[in-house]
Amino acid sequence: MSADKTLDLASIRARTADARGRRYWQSLEELADTEAFGDFVKREFPAHASEWLDPVGRRGFLKLMGASMALAGATACTRQPDEAIIPYVRTPEDVVPGKPLFFATTMTLAGVGAGLLAESHEGRPTKLEGNPDHPSSSGATDALGQGAVLTLYDPDRSQSITYLGEARPWASFSQAMQNQLAELKALNGAGLRFLSSTVGSPTLGAQVKEILAALPGARWHQYEAVSRENVYGGAALAFGEPADVHYKLDQADVIVVLDADLFGAGVAGNVRYARDFANGRRIRKATAEMNRLYVAEPTPTAAGSIADHRLPFRASQIEAAARAILAGVEGGAVPSLGDAADKFFAAAVKDLVAAKGKGVVIVGDRQPAAVHAVAHAINQSLGNIGTTVVLTDPIAVDATSQTASLTSLVADMNAGQVQLLVMLDVNPVFTAPVDLDFAAALKKVRTRVHAGLFDDETAELSQWHVPTTHFLEEWSDARGHDGTASIVQPLILPLYQGKSLHEVAAVFSAKPERNGLDVVKEFWQAQPQAAGQDFTKFWRKSVHDGLIAASALPAKSVGKAQVPPVTPPAAGSGFEVAFAPDPTLYDGRFANNGWLQETPKPLTKITWDNAVLVSPATASKLGVKSGDNVEITWKGRTLQAPAWLQPGHAAEALTVYLGNGRRRSGRVGDGVGYNGYALRTSDAPAFGVGAQVRRTGGVTLIASTQGHHSMEGRALVRAATFEEFKKTPDFAHHMGEEAPGKTLTLYNLTAQQRERAVAEHAPTTYAWGMSIDQSVCTGCSACVVACYAENNIPVIGKEQVLRGREMAWIRIDRYFEGDAENPAIYHQPMLCQQCENAPCEVVCPVAATTHSSEGLNDMVYNRCVGTRYCSNNCPYKVRRFNFLLYSDWDTTSYKLQRNPNVTVRSRGVMEKCTYCVQRINRARQDSKVEGRTIQDGEIKTACQQACPTDAIVFGNINDPDSRVSQLKAESTNYGVLAELNTHPRTTYLAQVKNPNAALETELPGMEKEEPRAFPKVPGKDMSETNSMTHAPR
Amino acid sequence: MADRQPPMDSHAAPAPAGAARPPSDVLAPGHSFGSVTDKITSAILRPGFLPGWVFGFVIAFGVMSMFLFAVSYLLIKGTGIWGVNIPVGWGFAIVNFVWWIGIGHAGTLISAILLLFRQKWRMSISRFAEAMTIFAVMCAAVFPVFHTGRPWLAAYWLFPYPNSMNIWPNFRSPLIWDVFAVSTYATVSILFWYVGLIPDLATMRDRARPLIVKRLYGILALGWRGSAKHWQRYETASLLLAGLATPLVLSVHTVVSFDFAVGVVPGWHATIFPPYFVAGAIYSGFAMVLTLAIPIRAYYGMEDFITMRHIQNCAKVMLCTGLIVLYGYSVEAFMGWFSGDPYEGFMIWNRMTGNYWYMYWFLIFCNGVMPQALWFKKVRTNIPLLFCIALVVNVGMWLERFVIVVTSLSRDFLPSAWGMYAGTMWDWMTYIGTLGLFTWLMFIFLRLLPMISMFEMRTIVPSAKIKSEGGH
Repeated sequence: MSADKTLDLASIRARTADARGRRYWQSLEELADTEAFGDFVKREFPAHASEWLDPVGRRGFLKLMGASMALAGATACTRQPDEAIIPYVRTPEDVVPGKPLFFATTMTLAGVGAGLLAESHEGRPTKLEGNPDHPSSSGATDALGQGAVLTLYDPDRSQSITYLGEARPWASFSQAMQNQLAELKALNGAGLRFLSSTVGSPTLGAQVKEILAALPGARWHQYEAVSRENVYGGAALAFGEPADVHYKLDQADVIVVLDADLFGAGVAGNVRYARDFANGRRIRKATAEMNRLYVAEPTPTAAGSIADHRLPFRASQIEAAARAILAGVEGGAVPSLGDAADKFFAAAVKDLVAAKGKGVVIVGDRQPAAVHAVAHAINQSLGNIGTTVVLTDPIAVDATSQTASLTSLVADMNAGQVQLLVMLDVNPVFTAPVDLDFAAALKKVRTRVHAGLFDDETAELSQWHVPTTHFLEEWSDARGHDGTASIVQPLILPLYQGKSLHEVAAVFSAKPERNGLDVVKEFWQAQPQAAGQDFTKFWRKSVHDGLIAASALPAKSVGKAQVPPVTPPAAGSGFEVAFAPDPTLYDGRFANNGWLQETPKPLTKITWDNAVLVSPATASKLGVKSGDNVEITWKGRTLQAPAWLQPGHAAEALTVYLGNGRRRSGRVGDGVGYNGYALRTSDAPAFGVGAQVRRTGGVTLIASTQGHHSMEGRALVRAATFEEFKKTPDFAHHMGEEAPGKTLTLYNLTAQQRERAVAEHAPTTYAWGMSIDQSVCTGCSACVVACYAENNIPVIGKEQVLRGREMAWIRIDRYFEGDAENPAIYHQPMLCQQCENAPCEVVCPVAATTHSSEGLNDMVYNRCVGTRYCSNNCPYKVRRFNFLLYSDWDTTSYKLQRNPNVTVRSRGVMEKCTYCVQRINRARQDSKVEGRTIQDGEIKTACQQACPTDAIVFGNINDPDSRVSQLKAESTNYGVLAELNTHPRTTYLAQVKNPNAALETELPGMEKEEPRAFPKVPGKDMSETNSMTHAPR
Repeated sequence: MADRQPPMDSHAAPAPAGAARPPSDVLAPGHSFGSVTDKITSAILRPGFLPGWVFGFVIAFGVMSMFLFAVSYLLIKGTGIWGVNIPVGWGFAIVNFVWWIGIGHAGTLISAILLLFRQKWRMSISRFAEAMTIFAVMCAAVFPVFHTGRPWLAAYWLFPYPNSMNIWPNFRSPLIWDVFAVSTYATVSILFWYVGLIPDLATMRDRARPLIVKRLYGILALGWRGSAKHWQRYETASLLLAGLATPLVLSVHTVVSFDFAVGVVPGWHATIFPPYFVAGAIYSGFAMVLTLAIPIRAYYGMEDFITMRHIQNCAKVMLCTGLIVLYGYSVEAFMGWFSGDPYEGFMIWNRMTGNYWYMYWFLIFCNGVMPQALWFKKVRTNIPLLFCIALVVNVGMWLERFVIVVTSLSRDFLPSAWGMYAGTMWDWMTYIGTLGLFTWLMFIFLRLLPMISMFEMRTIVPSAKIKSEGGH
């Protein structure tokens, strides 16, 4: 190493001085955080695919080993006392190497918690599942919940406390803050400001109150790019005080959703809503009732795609729509909103009125407070409040407007009134409204402190940066969407020098050196739930169960809802711009998460990018095709981004996704996509009208995993209306060719020979199968991410996805049918169908894919030579090939995440869905030890477990009483491409929708498609395949 | 001295049938035993190198080096450097494999089937056509090995060798049938070629001046002295090998076609494939024979031995097999409609109008339309035009395999999984590289071995005929 690049050993020592446990780093350059290493990180293409080019040389490896051994000694001295972690299902005595343990914890997003069970392999959390006991989870998670575990092991997380970029020990940070505080105390705290994300943790809320009580001059601000401030504001407008709202969709027969991404990733209560909604529309033999969902929204969302009626509708018109519904419900004069909209809302109103107390109108979080107030009035007038709509005290500790709060903070910063700004778990430099110019204001603050997981855009401009702990490393607490409190339990000691927010906040309180566990425990000791019982017992039970009993917020009784005056329509003509959090990256905090970058966005199927969505008709007016670069001009600002045609998008409207375009997220997320925040101002943080769009020329290559959106008249997703189902329950079997009735054989067996053959192939105890209910699949993609986590699926990067080599074992096929401006949208999860008569098995020259006695189509990685013949011959194209060395064999921290029961595949081998054979085998071992057979429901595949709507059911089809057998006995059960005689073990329940007869007689998809250039085939008219022919065959 | 004594040739002996037609059109008049031998050996025994040969050799060597480079890089990085993806798991490699194997077929047809049918016009072109076969099979064999994800294992796991794991290959897989078909084909072709070379190697041994060259040819000639016993054994071996090779002409490409026909992919799963592939193989093989014969003939002045009769016959075979291939295309289109299978119907419609429509129509032009010119004698005797047609057919046959492999895979059952394919720089380097390898081997062959079978040519010089008719 040359002299000018000598490592700063002093700084290494400082960085390791108070490291707890092992630290993972790749090189001394990284440890010292030298400029050269920074350059290396930045240069790195965000695909792990390229990393294999830089194998660690043997000598280099030995050097690193030596250095890490030497430094390991330094870390041992300050090890903190062990804290007990209480298992969820098994006691610690049960720890058996190789057997995972599950611990309850909670993941918080924008102040709202969702209960989780974390799977721990010898102390390493590897996979997150929903906590079945937690009301916000009901056992499932969304895509973000599945992806969160990768962020824990992100090698780009910030790893040490820094001052002006140099490593400092915690003590020196604490001391520096004490010095500052001493100075500010004289001023009663004036000049001290906190800026945090939404505080949902009751404990942190109490800490904040305590700090503000001691320093009355200080102020606490909250800012979250995607917040619930309008929900609180709406309740305040309607009832005079802020309130939180949640819905009981299991009680609702008619659901009207106005611009709410109800089932989308990161939305409060999304998982529970999806489960409750799905329970109201599962089609079984005896189903007599089905709920009905109306959705009016500009951008197609998960809820919109499964709705019985969906209306592409501009976000800025939602207020008018809400008022029209109110007028309709109250029997007043209904203003006209256009022909299609009038019909749509009239039908919705009729249904709502008919289902008084069993209906609900839901308004999206981004809609202004006034619209929420109108929705309260509608729900109140229909008697829905108290049945399907529950109002509680706000979950967030502070329910005031965040945008206003941030605006006042920036004004004070610009006025030089802020001496010390402590930013906790926020990245305002990236996410704040662009007109506030937070970065410029920040530079006027004397001392800037940032605490966060990453050395991000805000950390760059702060003098002090404190790495925070990931939620799997810390003690904390949170409230679910209904207010149920739960404990955040650490699964692992902090990998780096992270401090929890409780510990950072404590620095500014009277007792600066406290550990998170004590803070949280102390808070709950004082709470009514813990009163009258032994606290240790209460604590252990709460931590074990993953929730605190009887802590849900009580329903609030409210007076008559006041309807606010009509907001004058926004001036200006032109396009509407609506901002939405990225469907997989949320507000940008998950930008450095490879799984979530690579998971196709549910509706666009775009990976590693974001694009401005426009409707096809609007695009053709603009002369724009998918991928064309456009420039949006709005309020004097411009944004360059690629456009993407989204069938079903509202006309004359643009959807701008937030979350990509990061500059300092890490090696994965940097420079991916465009930054939607560049256009987002404080006066229109959600949407507004008046934008201009023009093509700038040039095309951005966008890696979309599905290029073809029509089913081409093939009976892949079979759908009908509820009425049609009642008339012809087996409609799915009239829509396409059926499997051949008998197995064709060249061998003319005698009766005796046949008997022997049958005996040889005697049914085994188990025959695994799967059923997927398309009536309830929302396409949310939680299963896709779950599969990444469970099966060690590699991330390959944009360039490889563009080449068509994505590795996900389960993909969700999304088809559009009918009018491109408002098509029927279908989701079809597609994974290995485990064919009994598998085309892949016959053609493998080395017998690397074979059939197990229980019907699994096994893949033998060791034996595979990679001819790819199996993939060519797979009609479902669900096989995935390691064209290069895709698995990251080098990054140490990622190794900790891997599921030890699943092989990490190497270059040149084929892979595919195994029905989570490792889970089957785990259950088999357990059952054998206990001398019983595997019970139904004992094995859940990763996709099944993650599914918020319980659309995926796995089990033993040899057991006629198993859930999966009963589903396969349903009349709507059919096999995709079964006519090829593949005998798929995975079958699908046809989609049934419940449209309002008054609105239309047929689903959009049932209508004649636009004529395709296609030859007529005698005996089988191609157009017939797509139409309903209920005549018995 | 072998070369001075015309053999008592069994080819020449049963003269009556052949005698009806004067053999002059397969050999220019005025040649004696000596002149034939002199002419053919002169290309080899001359000192030094012809500048044209050196020029071509160096270029071919360069292209072959590019091939080695491309394959080395492939081994370092993996199949991902090529354009293959999911759904199109097979791309250039399999296209090239089928193309090269097909080209080889003409050589076997000429040397085996035409030998059994006693076609004298085969004599002057059989030697280099057989060499072409062997080199083409070598080029072909490169692809199935290197297109796998783990070639170091594929190279031997596909063979049924006894092993401690007690694992056999999957005998149901057409790829295993391929292994047997291609390895048998390569073995028989090499044997046939070498056996046919032995008398000529003895001639070379006798004519060569430098001792080391003499010794080398001598070793390769296996002690051939030209005795009647030798000739008798030679003839038996030759006939036996021809008998073995004849079914291979039909079976090898049939088995190769099974790679596709056994699959479920629309556009692959068709019973027409075996005959259609065999015809295509011979079609492309003869196009390659013409592609090679025309320049060689001109450069080495072999017009006396490779006459217009040869050229015309090759053209006629091309015309015939080209029509069979065209029939195959028609049947594919017809069956797309007649089968009533929506996937088949879509497949053929997609070939004609889908993303790769230009490939399909260019293929129809190259293989279906262009060769119709061969109906006319004027075209068949116009050497430059014929050379162009041969090149076009070579391109067309490559396109045919591309259309079958890629277009079918890119649009199969589930529209959600459809994808496009394009070869990368590495695909092209490997493909062009094998052309370099082939040409390079051809140049070595031309310099070291007699490109035309001398002893067979000697049987058709007039003096052989007279003696034979004179009757002993």
